[in-house]
Formats: sequence, structure tokens, C-alpha cells
Amino acid sequence: MSYISIGNNETIRISAIPELSYSSFLEFNVSSMIKANSSHCVNYFGYPYKGKIKLICCIANDDLHTINISSSIVDSQAQLPSFTKHNLAFEKYEREIHENFGTQYVDHPWLKPVRFPFNRFNKSLRVADYPFFKIESEELHEVGVGPIHAGIIEPGHFRFICNGEQILHLEIQLGYQHRGIERLFLERKKLLQRTTLAENIAGDSVASHGVAFVNLWESLCNYHADRDLQLARTIALELERIAIHTGDLSAMCTDVGYQLGSAVFGRLRTPVINYFQKWCGNRLAKGLIRAGKNNYPLTEALMGELTQLLDDYEKDFEEIAEEQFSLPSVLARFEKTGVVTAEQAAMIGTVGMSARMSGIKRDIRSSHPHDLYYELQHQPVIKKQGDVYSRARMRKKEINQSIEYVRELIQDIPMGKHRIGLSGYPAPDSFAISLVEGWRGEICHCAVTDEIGELVHYKIKDPSFHNWLATALAVRNNEISDFPICNKSFDLSYCGHDL
Amino acid sequence: MLDNLKILFHQGRQYIPDVTAAQVPGIFKGRPVISSEIINEAELAEICPTNAISTAPVCIDLGKCTFCGECAFAFPGKIKFTTDYRIATNDRGRLVIMEGSDKPVELNPELIRKEISKYFSGSLKLRQVSAGGDNSCELELNACGNVNFDMGRFGIEFVASPRHADGIVITGPITENMAQSLQICYDAIPAPKIIILAGIDAISGGIFEGSLALNRSFLSKYKIDLYVPGNPIHPLTFINGVLELIRKKK
Repeated sequence: MSYISIGNNETIRISAIPELSYSSFLEFNVSSMIKANSSHCVNYFGYPYKGKIKLICCIANDDLHTINISSSIVDSQAQLPSFTKHNLAFEKYEREIHENFGTQYVDHPWLKPVRFPFNRFNKSLRVADYPFFKIESEELHEVGVGPIHAGIIEPGHFRFICNGEQILHLEIQLGYQHRGIERLFLERKKLLQRTTLAENIAGDSVASHGVAFVNLWESLCNYHADRDLQLARTIALELERIAIHTGDLSAMCTDVGYQLGSAVFGRLRTPVINYFQKWCGNRLAKGLIRAGKNNYPLTEALMGELTQLLDDYEKDFEEIAEEQFSLPSVLARFEKTGVVTAEQAAMIGTVGMSARMSGIKRDIRSSHPHDLYYELQHQPVIKKQGDVYSRARMRKKEINQSIEYVRELIQDIPMGKHRIGLSGYPAPDSFAISLVEGWRGEICHCAVTDEIGELVHYKIKDPSFHNWLATALAVRNNEISDFPICNKSFDLSYCGHDL
Repeated sequence: MLDNLKILFHQGRQYIPDVTAAQVPGIFKGRPVISSEIINEAELAEICPTNAISTAPVCIDLGKCTFCGECAFAFPGKIKFTTDYRIATNDRGRLVIMEGSDKPVELNPELIRKEISKYFSGSLKLRQVSAGGDNSCELELNACGNVNFDMGRFGIEFVASPRHADGIVITGPITENMAQSLQICYDAIPAPKIIILAGIDAISGGIFEGSLALNRSFLSKYKIDLYVPGNPIHPLTFINGVLELIRKKK
């Protein structure tokens, strides 16, 4: 066997993962991605192992609901043929391995830096030295934007090559937000510290990264979360989706100059995040998700408030959404702007909303369900056009869907049982994987433990890791003035990417 | 047109009339109160993920506290978080809440530069720089200007260019990769200029304190005019802190 097939949130002995020669490793993983839209790579990373580098590749099979794990051991500075030559969806992973360990991929199209981590292999390369793509021509000009942008937003550098007002090419340089989180997961030994780290990976996806971490940790400690815990987590994930999608619709209205939509969607987000505050004391749900316990059990009163909130929200939401999607001045800016074709989306391995807007049925809630998604029988919202309109429409539909899910979930009021928290220890010499469909898309956390159950590697993958390239492709041949609306329609994470 | 008016009408009144006296809904965790109950202090300090609790006597440093509330769950008789969101100050020492103290956190008028009320009391334009921020404080700073909190009514606004700004609001623990850009942005702001640190990541590094990916040397070069604790900050904490800073006189 060249791989081991496991489910979401499963822990296995590290020795159970077959170790292949690099050439069979390459052949197996490239060939399992041939059925492009039902298989995709959820994580591919390396970590130091006995003076060499151990590579672990995780390919999800959406039809069989499994994840196929394989591994290979290579010299850190080995010269290797790349996966990317056969499938572009691997490009970012191999750049990351190259950046961290100095591994050379001889036929990789562009081994550029990913995030300039503090522990990178080549420390002489600094964040100011990013090698941008250039086109020599008298007709073309370059526009550099960032790292600091015009609004209250995270930093990243965008380099446009333009022909007049038209964008020919955009390259996005990230890394400014790098805080060394993966290393801190190893250094901070207390569970609460690690949970806090997970909550601070991306502050707009607190529940998503939080659930990814606690599910993984509980699996490592062989703890089975009961239905009440799973219920709270599922509700938190869906409320987060409603809140952020609503805020994004507001921001998209701002970017096309539709002030009423901007104000109304903006104020509709407030009661949703205020609900998190009523529930757990924090508007962005920090402190809510905990391994093996819930400090803030859902009470009958809280459930009642939630029902009321959704009823009030829905009425005003439908009204403004109907107005927004019938307004010619909004539609003219949304439709056929920032198109990512189905071929492009599949080729670069996009996930989450960015995949579903281009007709790819990729959603962890249906392909690898966790928590109460087994019961919800989730059917992903799919759009075909891949433009700003598709991304706006998808948000609207997903909000409707999430409202229905939350209503369904709160039919069943939990007992509010007292829990003391998780007391077990992580299994030694093990590997665990956790996939969560956050509002942005698929989040993957992986952990490897040593012989005493201590973490030796923690790997985080935010959906933005793949989807930034979709943003860069979307703006090609668009007016540069449409960049803000294109960018906002994806609303990708800088800190989730930079870690 | 009529549709738009109807939508406007349906929103009702959304703004908070008095931001200095507004009540926050639910169980907001604001300024803690520490009782004199005798407990195992070492055990208490050990709980905290960011080492915000020191012992003998027990103190909580709001510049480090993530407001997760785990200490109050473990020692409910010892620590209580009140809903007092007015916890911003310009005096780093005042962020440390002492055992037995139940006084509001206020600005220290002695430390406010006199040009602040002279120039900025009616209008303050700020440039925000996220230097490793996780987008939670950024979301809340954006919320300060929305129709609910409407900070713009006090003449306090965020602007796009440092050239148009009177000060800088820093979020995030300040990464090595952002250190140079932060300095360039600060240098581009015309004097006199103020510095506000928003969120515990900016104030102390938060959970990232001690990470080798940070470079916090910028902070040791300048006087900080306002510390706004929170993870993330609450819009009311920020607005009240800034109002106090520009209105309070020595």
C-alpha cells in the first residue's frame, strides 16, 4: 500500500503512514489528483526528522469522505523533481517546503518566497527583496500598493503591471503578518495557551480555527465530544459565517459606492456579533471554543434570544438584499467583474467559496463532515460564473442556509451538563488531522507527536493559502479601479496565510 | 427611491446616543475586581495563558490579559470581571489591577501632552497600521465608525494617508516583517503626532510575547499616548479612551 486512508479528525500512529521513495511518493500523489474536482490536496508539508526532512502529503477524496496520507523522507537540500510540474495545485506547498528547508525543486515554475518566516532556510533574503515578475515594455507601467493599505486592513504588497487602466498581471507578496504561530504551538505547553493561539490565528475566523484545533486535540487525546459540545461548535461556526458574510456584503456595497447597502448590512452584522458577546462575553467569540468543555453552556434563554435574533435579522436582510441585487448601478459593477474560470479554479486548487463560485463542489461540511454536519446533510451552494456577482450571491444564499441550520439545531435544547474539561494526554508517536469548513473555506490543522506525546510539529493551513492566487487571476484584464471590489469579494486573510 | 426610504425607516434608530454611558449587552468581560479571599495564588497564576496574573498581592495586567475568563471560572470568589469597558489609559502602570481595588481605570492627566487638547480636541484623524494584527482589532476599529458607534460624530476618523493623520493606531504584536513599514508610516505623519496601541497584542505582544518573529523595538523609541486593552478591543473602550485623551486637560 502506498498510503493510509483515514477520516476527518482521526489519529493514527505515525508508523502507520507508509514511507515511500520520493519517486513513488510523487507518482502516487500526482496520480491521485487526476480526478481533479473530487480529489484535492488538503495539506502537504515537511518537518525535520533525524537530520532529514519528512514529507507528509494529505489528499482528500470527497466522494469516499476519506483522506489519503503518504510520506517520504528526503535530504533537506535535495534536488527533487516537483509535483507542481504535473499539477499546479501543489505550487504553494512546494514553495513553502523550499522556503523552510532549502529543498530545491528543479522543475518548479517559480520557487518564490511564501511568507519570509523567521526560521526560514535562507535568512539573507529579506521581506523587502521579493523577486517580482517583470515585463519590459515602454507601454506598460507598474503600480505598487502596500504593504500598508488605505483602510483599516492588514498588510500585504500588491504589484500590478498595467496597460493604461487595464491590469495585465498582479502579483501578491505576503508575509508581513508572520508571527511564528506554528513554532509557538510547540513552545507553549499549556492547553489553554495553544487554544488561545488557535483563536488568534485569524480574528475573523475565531470559531473556525478554534474548532479545527479542539477537534484535533480531542482526537489526539482520544476524547469524544458529546452532542452538546458539538451543537455549540456547529452553531458558533454558522453564526460566524452569517456575521462575516454580512460584513462582507456591507464592504462590497461600500466599494461600489452603494451607501445604503453598506450601512444596512453593516448594522445587521452588529446584533449577530453582539450575540456572541451575550453568549461568551466576546464579540468575535474568543473564549467560546474549548477542548472537552464549554464554559458558556447554551441555556433556554440564550436559545430564545437566538430565535428572536434570526427572525429580526432575516426580515431586514431579505429586504436590503432584494434591493441590492436588483439595483442596476450595483449589478453593473458586480456582473462579469473579476472572473475566475472553472478551469483556473480547478487548476490552482482553490477551496471554499472561491471554488464553489466557479462550479466546483468543494465543501468540508458535505465531503468530510464533523460535529453536527452529519445530521444537517449539507448541500453546498454552487455558482457558475466565478465573478464578483457570484461571490456576492453565494454569500446571500449561504446566509439563508446558515439561518436554516441554526434554526434546525436549536430545536434541541441541551441539558447544560457540567464538564471538567479534558484530562487525557495526546497519544505518543501519532499523527492527527482536522478539517473544518470555515466561512472562507477549508481549514486544515495537522499535528505530529513524539514518543512522549509532545508536539514535534503543528501545521496550519488557512483557505487563503490557496485562494490568494485566485484573487490575482481574477483581476487580469479588469480595470485597476475594480481591484478593491475584486479583493473584497474574496476577503482573504493575511494573518491566516502568514501565520 | 420610495423603496430606499422604506428600508431606511425599517432600520429604526441604530446609533448609540451616549457612548460614554452605554450598557454593553450580555456578559461582557471588562475591568476585573480581585477580592482579598485567600486562595492558592500559584495555582491561580498558572492558569493564565499570557502570564497576566502576578502574585503577592494578586494583580492582573490588562495589557496582557486576553479576557478569556478562565481564572474567574477557577476562582469565582477571587476574581470577577465587571462589564466596565472604560479601561483605556495613558499610564501603563494603571493597567495593572491590584487586589482589593474597585476604582475605574482613568487617564493620568499629568502624562497628557498639552498640545493634544490644544490641537485635537475637536478633530482627530488617525492612520491605522496592522503589524501582525489578527484582524479582530481591525474589525472592531472599523466598527467604531459604523452606524452604531458612529465615532465620526466626535471628529475622530481614520484616514488613508499618514500625511493627513494626526496620529497612528497600532494593532498586532509588531512583526519583524512589518517593523520597517511601521517606522516609515510613523515618520510620514506630521508632528505633533500621537501613538495609540490598540489591543493586548500591541501593548505587550499578548499570546505572541517572546516570539522570535517579532521586532518591538519601535515601541521603546517613543512615548505611547494611549493603551487600549482588549482581545479584541471593544469599540466603546476605544472611543471613550480617545475622547478622554483629547478632552482631558492637565
